[in-house]
Amino acid sequence: MVETQFSPYRKQPRVAVVKFASCDGCQLSILNLEDDLLALGAAIDIAYFPEASSNMQEGPYDIAFVEGSITCPEDLPRILELRQQTTTLITIGACATSGGIQALRNWSDIEAFKQAVYPNPEYIQSLSTSTAISEHVSVDYELWGCPIDKRQLLRVLTDLLQGVSPRIPTHNVCIDCKRQGHVCVIVSQGLPCLGPVTRTGCGAICPSMGRDCYGCFGPAEHVSVQPPGVPPNMTSLAQQFHQHLQLIPVEMVRRFRGINGSVQSFSKESDAWESK
Amino acid sequence: MPGNPNNTRTIKIDMMARVEGEGALNVTVKDGQVQDVQLRIFEPPRFFEAFLQGRHVNEVPDIVARICGICPVAYQMSAVHALEAIFGVEIPPAIRDLRRLLYCGEWIESHVLHIYMLQAPDFFGFASGLDMARVHPDLVKQGLRLKKAGNQLISLLGGRSVHPVSVKIGGFSQVPTKNQLHALTDELRWARDAAVKTLQWVSGFAFEDPEQDCTFLSLRGPSEYPMNTGSLITNKGHHLNASEFEDHFHEEQVPYSTALHCSFQGKSYLTGPLARLALNHDQLSPLTKEIFAETEFPLPFKRASMGIVARSVEVLYALDEALRIIEGYEQPASPSVPVIIKAGTGVAATEAPRGVLYHRFSVNEDGTIQLAKIVPPTSQNQRRIEDDLRNMLPGLLHLSDEETASKCERHIRSYDPCISCATHFLKFTREEVS
Repeated sequence: MVETQFSPYRKQPRVAVVKFASCDGCQLSILNLEDDLLALGAAIDIAYFPEASSNMQEGPYDIAFVEGSITCPEDLPRILELRQQTTTLITIGACATSGGIQALRNWSDIEAFKQAVYPNPEYIQSLSTSTAISEHVSVDYELWGCPIDKRQLLRVLTDLLQGVSPRIPTHNVCIDCKRQGHVCVIVSQGLPCLGPVTRTGCGAICPSMGRDCYGCFGPAEHVSVQPPGVPPNMTSLAQQFHQHLQLIPVEMVRRFRGINGSVQSFSKESDAWESK
Repeated sequence: MPGNPNNTRTIKIDMMARVEGEGALNVTVKDGQVQDVQLRIFEPPRFFEAFLQGRHVNEVPDIVARICGICPVAYQMSAVHALEAIFGVEIPPAIRDLRRLLYCGEWIESHVLHIYMLQAPDFFGFASGLDMARVHPDLVKQGLRLKKAGNQLISLLGGRSVHPVSVKIGGFSQVPTKNQLHALTDELRWARDAAVKTLQWVSGFAFEDPEQDCTFLSLRGPSEYPMNTGSLITNKGHHLNASEFEDHFHEEQVPYSTALHCSFQGKSYLTGPLARLALNHDQLSPLTKEIFAETEFPLPFKRASMGIVARSVEVLYALDEALRIIEGYEQPASPSVPVIIKAGTGVAATEAPRGVLYHRFSVNEDGTIQLAKIVPPTSQNQRRIEDDLRNMLPGLLHLSDEETASKCERHIRSYDPCISCATHFLKFTREEVS
C-alpha cells in the first residue's frame, strides 16, 4: 500500500527517473516492485521515466531519482540542469552514489582503456574519471547498493509522500547478519567478508548464500573515523584479513577497490595497501 | 540542388523510450531514395574489458554481472563457462540443471518485461505499461505477477534478482534444498497458465512491418532448447564451435557509435528469440509446441514485430522447463566442485535473453585476467536493425516526419535492443539531399 494521507504535496508529486552511466539495474528494481507498482503509479505522477514510458514531460520535478555516474563531458550540463529543475534529488545505486564499478578507471590511464576496447579510440568521448552525482551537485538522499534494495526505495518514497523525512539506516551488514542467525563466513570459512564495514540494506544476502560480502552497499557510517590513536574499523578489518586470512597486499587492494572502490573510506584502504 | 537548405529535412526524436540504451537514428534521403541509415549508439563506454585485466578470476562473476541489470545471469553464465573451460572443470548434472533453472528465471523476467511493459503498449497506442494498466488493469497485473515468478526463481537461487550473488566457478556458493524449490511450484504452475494466455493474447496482434530475409544465428545443443551450451548454427547451413567465433564474426568500430558493430562473413545477421525459435523449435517442450501450433504462425518469423510472439513462446517454455527441473531435483552433496586455477585461454557462448553472448578470457598463472573479450547480442544485432530499417523506410517516406520517426522507433523497440549503459535517447534526423 502507498499511503498518501499526510502528503505535503498539493497534488500528485511529479517524479522523474533519470539515467547516466549505469547498467539499468536500479531502474529495473523500480519496475521489479511488481506488487506495488500500480499503486505507486496512482500515487505519483511519473513525469519522466524513459525506460518505462514514452510520455516524457519537462521539469520541474518534485522528486528525481538519479541512476548512474558522470563519465562523459555531456553529462555535466545535464546533471546541473536536472538539479535546477528538481526539489528533492535522490541518487539510486552505487554508480550514482559513489561512481560505481566503472570508477575503477579512476586508477588507470583512460587512453589505455580506450585502446583496450576500441580499435579507433579517437572516436570515443569520455572523461578520465567516473564520479558520483554528489561531486557535481547537492544530493538530498542517497540510496546505496548495487543494485538498490527496492524496499528501501519504496520506503523513502512513501516517507516523502507522508511528509516524513526519510531515514536511511547506516549501520553495518554484520548486525543484520547476526540478527538473521547466519554462520559467520569469516570465522567458519576464512572468507574476507566486508560485512563488518559495509552499509546495511541488502538483507545480508551474501552470507545468507554462504559467501563473503563484497561491499556493494558502500561503507557503513563511522567505519573510517576513530579517536586519535585508535585505528578505524576499516583499517582493523584489513589488518585481520592480512594477518589471519593471509591476504597479500595485491589481494587487499582488489578487496577494497570494488563496486564502491572510489568512495573515500574504501579508496583510502586500497591506496594504503597498494603502496605497501 | 545540393546544399539547398530548403530541401533539407531534419526529423528528430529527442529520446527513444522503452529501450535499454542511448542511441540515435540518422536517415539520409536523396532524390526520394534512402541513402544512409545509421543507428547511432551513444552509450557511455564503461570499459569492462579493460578493467577486468588484473582482477582475479573469482571476482569475474560479480564484475561482469554489472554490465547489464536486465540480464546479469547471462554474463555470469558465459563467464563461468569460459573460465571452467580453461581449468578443465566438469560440472555435475545437478549443478548444470540449477544453472539452467537460473537462466529460465532470467528469460522469464527479461522477456515478460519487454512483452508487457515495453512492446505491447505500442500495439494499443499506450505510452507505457502503467498507462495500459489504467485501461486493462487485470492484464498488466497478470504480466507483473508473471515477471515476478521469474524474479522469484533468480532470487531463490542467487539471493536477489538483479546481480545475483551465488554463481561461482565450479558451481554455486550455495544451492537450494528440495523443499525450497518445491515451495515455488504452485506459483510457477500459475505462471505457466498465464504464459499460455500471454501467448494466445499476443498472437492476436497486428504485425504489419515488411517481411525480411536474414541470417539467423543461435546456439544448438544435441537435445535441449539452447541456453548454456551448444554449437553455433545458422539458417544458411553454418555449423561452428564457440572457439571459431572470432574467425567468422568480426567486430568493427564505426565513428557514430560507442557499441562495436559485429558482422558474419561481412554481412548483418540476427541473434535472439526470433533466431532461436526458427532454429530450435523442434526442441520445445510438448506443451509449448502444442500451444504454439494453435497460433498457426508459420516458422521462421520474418517480421521483427513478431519478436513479441517468439518471446512469449520462450516464456512458456522456460516455465515448463523450470517445473521439469524442479520436479527432478535432488540437492547435490556439495554446491560446487573443486577448481584448480591455471593459466590458459577459454571461450564460451550462451544464450542471453537477447541472443548469443560470447566471452573469451586469458588467465595468468596467478589467477588474474590477462585479457577479456565480450561480444553482447545487441552489438551483433545493431547492423541487422539498420539493414531492416533500410528495407522498411521506402514504404514510410510518404508519411510525415513525426509518423516516420515514430514507426522507426517502434520498429527498433521490437528488437528489444539492450544497450544498457546509457541515458536512453534516440535522436532521429532525416536529411533530404537533392
